[in-house]
Amino acid sequence: MDVGYFLKLLLSGLTRGSIYALIALGYTMVYGIIKLINFAHGELYMLGAFTGLIVASLMSYSGINPVLSLIVATIIAIIYSSAYGVAIEKIAYKPLRKSQRLSALISAIGVSMFLQNFVLLFQTSDFLSFPNLIPTFKFLKPVENYLSSAQVLIYICTALFLIGFTILVKFTKTGKAMRATSQDSKMAQLLGISINKVISFTFLIGSAAAAIGGVLISSQVGQINFYIGFIVGIKAFVAAVLGGIGSLAGAVLGSFVLGLVESFGTGYISSNYEDLFAFVVLIVILTFKPAGLLGKSEKQKV
Amino acid sequence: MSNKVLEINNLLMQFGGLKAVNDVSLDVHKSEITALIGPNGAGKTTFFNCLTGVYTPTSGDINIIPPGKKPIRANGKKPNKVTELGLARTFQNIRLFQEMTVLENVMIGRHAVTKANIFNAIINGKSTREEEQKIIHDSYEILKKLDLHTFSNEFASNLPYGAQRLLEIARALATEPFLLLLDEPAAGMNPQETISLIGTIEKLKAEHDLSILLIEHDMHLVMNLSDRCYVMDYGKLIAKGTPNAIANNPVVIKAYLGEDF
Amino acid sequence: MMNRVEILKKSAINAVIGILLTFPITVIKVNTIDQEITWRWYMMGLVGAVVLIISFFWIRQQERQNSGSTFKFNESKLGLKYHSIMSKPGVTKSVLGSAVLLIVLIPFITTPYTTSIITSALIYIILGLGLNIVVGLGGLLNLGYAAFFGVGAYTYAILNMNFGVGFWLALPLGGIASALFGAIVGLPVLRLKGDYLAIVTLGFGEMTRIFTENSDKLTRGASGIANIPKPTFFGHAFGYFGSTRYIYLIAVALVIIIIFIVWRMENSRVGRSWVAMREDDIACESMGIDLTQSKMTLFIISSAIAGVAGVLFAAKNTFINPQSFTVWESIMILCIVVLGGKGSVRGVILGALILILLPEYLRAFQQYRMLIFGFLLIVMMVFRPGGIIQNVRKIYKIEGEPTNE
Repeated sequence: MDVGYFLKLLLSGLTRGSIYALIALGYTMVYGIIKLINFAHGELYMLGAFTGLIVASLMSYSGINPVLSLIVATIIAIIYSSAYGVAIEKIAYKPLRKSQRLSALISAIGVSMFLQNFVLLFQTSDFLSFPNLIPTFKFLKPVENYLSSAQVLIYICTALFLIGFTILVKFTKTGKAMRATSQDSKMAQLLGISINKVISFTFLIGSAAAAIGGVLISSQVGQINFYIGFIVGIKAFVAAVLGGIGSLAGAVLGSFVLGLVESFGTGYISSNYEDLFAFVVLIVILTFKPAGLLGKSEKQKV
Repeated sequence: MSNKVLEINNLLMQFGGLKAVNDVSLDVHKSEITALIGPNGAGKTTFFNCLTGVYTPTSGDINIIPPGKKPIRANGKKPNKVTELGLARTFQNIRLFQEMTVLENVMIGRHAVTKANIFNAIINGKSTREEEQKIIHDSYEILKKLDLHTFSNEFASNLPYGAQRLLEIARALATEPFLLLLDEPAAGMNPQETISLIGTIEKLKAEHDLSILLIEHDMHLVMNLSDRCYVMDYGKLIAKGTPNAIANNPVVIKAYLGEDF
Repeated sequence: MMNRVEILKKSAINAVIGILLTFPITVIKVNTIDQEITWRWYMMGLVGAVVLIISFFWIRQQERQNSGSTFKFNESKLGLKYHSIMSKPGVTKSVLGSAVLLIVLIPFITTPYTTSIITSALIYIILGLGLNIVVGLGGLLNLGYAAFFGVGAYTYAILNMNFGVGFWLALPLGGIASALFGAIVGLPVLRLKGDYLAIVTLGFGEMTRIFTENSDKLTRGASGIANIPKPTFFGHAFGYFGSTRYIYLIAVALVIIIIFIVWRMENSRVGRSWVAMREDDIACESMGIDLTQSKMTLFIISSAIAGVAGVLFAAKNTFINPQSFTVWESIMILCIVVLGGKGSVRGVILGALILILLPEYLRAFQQYRMLIFGFLLIVMMVFRPGGIIQNVRKIYKIEGEPTNE
């Protein structure tokens, strides 16, 4: 067995997993709080990537330092994606909170179509190339065949985000409010938690994570178009379900499982079936654990 | 031969480390009303769920004895099979088919005692049409008995609370049970409604030759209706006897009735 | 209730937010090849105006709905008149009769292009009716319905390519193949609940598509299968005009047959048990209904209907490839069901006509149509989440009893 090849696949699986994790968190948080499959979540990732690309191009064409460009582009992408996320919730989901969940799902599908075509119309349907802004880390020279600077950057950013996020959810007042709302939103409301604020905040954080993922992966892959959000969104959703939807740790675990399976699957079996592995794993795991890896099976009160 | 219709021996239902129902034995006799009382969280509803197949008990025996037939062990049978054996239940948290009409709710209850399948439905031959007419007619008669027939074409969700509870009973009756399990039928009713409910239950029992097992909080209802009484606390049976004996049992008073009596 | 000035003020604020929010995407255009930036400042005005107008009507409608003063068809003058006319004896029959007559005449009084589009809409009506059984009646969310549609289409294409099987034999075979596929998928899937069911059906749908794309021998992969014959009439083949009309008429006949079957099922003992399952599965089971069996029956019937639609689709287009059976296709069919009104046959028909014909006739707006379409979905759900036609249950008349309707 070729150890080098294996290592390469392992590391690229972790990269995929990181990106999925950043997106899956948003899915799972929104689901935990308002029980909605936010079909449009992948589009926030796409919008993040586009905003990042526009800002980054703007800066790098005028000769600004690439690292600074990347940082500014990421920050602006985060701001914009978060704003979109909050706005979408206010417009398309909030009026539907008391309706059947299927109606909200269709609304989310509408948002997804709208945003894809919005970008398609006002930007382009072609692939755009993302400026190469990621610095080359010198210390990676000996392992450059296995690991790129972009990958390292993705690991670091994902790790930082996950740590920050854990602290936020576990130890801050807002985090507590979020957890309380996801367990029992009525009770949380009675205890004086403002549901609207919690929901807005959830969309904000989720969209920010998606934007980070969007900018990072596009600067690694090098090109984007309006459709990138949809398939990644579905995969991230699969990851969230795999881990047990509503469970934050589950979303991260599911994402890495999915990333690794895809990486090894395409590497050892066939790249034609790249998009297939996600669903095979999903079906196998749900057959044995119907509530996902870390999900609690919901006991219905009879 | 004994005249039991339900015989439960040493029933245990364990969730992880929690014994929600712990070694409970209970009999229901033919044409009697047996009451199961106990404070909130004593495990009464879990006990019901074991009986009706919603949960599979960890151990113990549930024997259903249809009148004039041999006992059938019902552990782990699916809810629909239990219903087919002749047990029907109501739910503590009302579980009506909200967006169906009142009449349709009862018509669903007739499912267990009718036959038409999907091919019959498409061909819609004479016997199917007759069966359908009979379902409508029988369901309407049941509604009449409970004085709900004026609501026939309303959505179940539009009924007042007390009427929803009655509809639960009507729906259960439609399955033609010999043993009716009522889970807090008077919960949320006002005193007048409760009094009228007592009359209704007695009437139905006589007309349909029913045996009844009921879970209840309302002492007034239990004292007036039941022939036998079991008391549960923390998953265990702590007393059994006639309602009067129970009311004067010091253990029960201490565990549960304390302040009320 | 807010007055107009207040609404206008609020809308103006929304317009400013809209301009800021869409700024990078609408104003800045990057040409990454020549590394040039175009600033389209006029977009700010455009976006502002559009947001201002939409926001104004949006808020006004919301205010109206909150105060309950919305238009209710059944209580309006027009609605009352409609009901009083329709309730006269024989009127329903003659209206229905002339409608059927008109529908049959359509291909003879319009262009083949129109006929062809309406045929597409009819195929989607069939699909909508099929999915409606699972989603609308049974309450099981299936996001992979296009796969069953695809199985039907490919059954015809493959059988024809290899064995020369004709349309009329393929029609039932496609239904059966799809039903079998439904049964196989149903086994592992149906014990899952709610959203888990949704994502797994989506997964199965995508898996089917990916397999189709990659099995070159059986399905000719991504390039698809061409030269699928159109249906013949007792061995007689039609020319272009004739066959367009002929397929249209076959589609009409199938729609009528399927509506009839669905209608019979809906109003039967079994159909009622499906609705009960949707409303409350635990109570349903305790009424003596076998949930596994019910779910399986639902799934199989709905798959069979998709299979039949698939055969028709293959025959109409004479060419199929996996791109016709993607997730978006499944989503489209789901939208038909929900937009029209879940559980209602009339709703599905209306939904299919709107969703298929609207984008077709929005061509005047060319590229804006999908944008508008997405937006309309949101508007529909926000202001009428139950769909265009709301859930109505059958009123049973009891012999010898006065009805209170």
